[in-house]
Amino acid sequence: MVDLLIIGAGPAGLAASIEAASRNLSVTIIDEFTTPGGRLLGQLHEEEKDVWWNGVEEAHTLHEKAQENGVELLLETSVYKIQQEDVYWSTHTSAGIYHSKALLIATGATEQSLPLPGWTLPGVMSIGAAQVMTNVRHVKPGEKGIIIGLNALSFAISRELRLCNIDLEGFFLPPDHFLTTDQAKPLSVLNNLMTLSHLAPMNWMRLGGKIANNNRWIQKQTLSFYPKRGINIWQTPVHVRKAVTSINGSTQVESVTVVDLRADGTMIEGSEENLEVDFVCISGGLAPLTELIGLTDLKLIAIESLGGYVPVHFEDMRTEVTDLYVAGNITGIESAKVARAQGVVAGISACIHSFNLRNDDALEIAMEKVRKERAEAKLQFHPEIEKGRTLLYSEKGEVQYG
Amino acid sequence: MNNFRITDHPILKIPSSRSVISFTFNGVNYNALDGDTIASALLVNGIRAIREHEESGQPRGLYCNIGHCFECRVTVNEREGQRSCITKVSNGMDVQSSKKLPTPFKKEEAQYG
Repeated sequence: MVDLLIIGAGPAGLAASIEAASRNLSVTIIDEFTTPGGRLLGQLHEEEKDVWWNGVEEAHTLHEKAQENGVELLLETSVYKIQQEDVYWSTHTSAGIYHSKALLIATGATEQSLPLPGWTLPGVMSIGAAQVMTNVRHVKPGEKGIIIGLNALSFAISRELRLCNIDLEGFFLPPDHFLTTDQAKPLSVLNNLMTLSHLAPMNWMRLGGKIANNNRWIQKQTLSFYPKRGINIWQTPVHVRKAVTSINGSTQVESVTVVDLRADGTMIEGSEENLEVDFVCISGGLAPLTELIGLTDLKLIAIESLGGYVPVHFEDMRTEVTDLYVAGNITGIESAKVARAQGVVAGISACIHSFNLRNDDALEIAMEKVRKERAEAKLQFHPEIEKGRTLLYSEKGEVQYG
Repeated sequence: MNNFRITDHPILKIPSSRSVISFTFNGVNYNALDGDTIASALLVNGIRAIREHEESGQPRGLYCNIGHCFECRVTVNEREGQRSCITKVSNGMDVQSSKKLPTPFKKEEAQYG
């Protein structure tokens, strides 16, 4: 029996463990990955000129601090069942059953896929898979790749692949079908790119974004005059009017078929072209990984700006279920810094609400830090994140759960 | 062996002294470096097809690389259903692809593709 069991050793879980353990709680973290850090491990981006956010080092720092505070970390261990008994939680794992007074679920995010013909061929992977391969395993996913899906995630990771001298054919849209929806529509994609104007190398979009903001006619003109060879972002051409219609190969990826699109997204017959690549990255964006919430009495609510279904929770990371807390990307897709700050909140909150620690101003300071990180985030996954959070935390009584 | 192994990087520190270990995949011997997962070790050895789809026999490789999708499952030291992307290779490890299974009660072979 430990005081606090944490599922997920990402930035949220690790940060929470440090706060709780430094306030004398016994803490165990469980994670099924080989290394602590979660999705933080893959991250590597230049925040300002020559100032890099190095996820591996950030994860290492958090891990060391957790160790110093006596946190027990169980890696390569999977959780398959959780159950609330009378006064404690039972967490069933591949390494046995663990009991704890309080439970923090910080399972992070999962990638959404964009299915298309040939996507089961070996060599097709999620964009995050390629990121883990290069930045954690130090292995290239291939010689030459292509990226399907234009979003904040794929742009950030394309640069990381370039740092490893991997050749990229470019960014292309997925084919238009019921599973790809807006991500296959040139106008929607272009509008979304405009909201990413905070990414420094996209000055052209920042400019375009300002002019085109909410003006559909100008947006359509921009699309009509979009150059056929694409516009480069970090040396990789971005195509908003070309889609991949199939991935080809006998036993692994050998090529992709791409087709030109009209501004309205319809295909131009006869424009098919085969491009030779040996790997394909699919980037459908991130969604909160909420599977384990389904094993509790906690309700989920769909909030688009937070990336999909998120567990209903308070701003101090408590939930309506006694002794159950959530933190990090499971509560909404945001940067690792926000997740880490939420972890701090969850750790302090568990001490106060499950262990009667005196509620000093530490909790309020930690919550303020989350708001600050959110406001200053360099990588924002959705333009209306703050609105989504407000919906959850302020007007909570008016939201229909179910 | 291909040249997929990243040996230097402008920002990341790449560990240089990793010991060489050996494992078998479908009975064939391969080398890996300490710290490799089965999936990363197979990739540097030029192997992308990690298993066969149980019903169609089509090849499958790693997809998510963090243990969510189960596409890269293999049998490790006779333990079935292990995810090769989150299982570290160890010396002498025996890794087997899961293979196409018989479908004796199926009237016709399903059409895929």
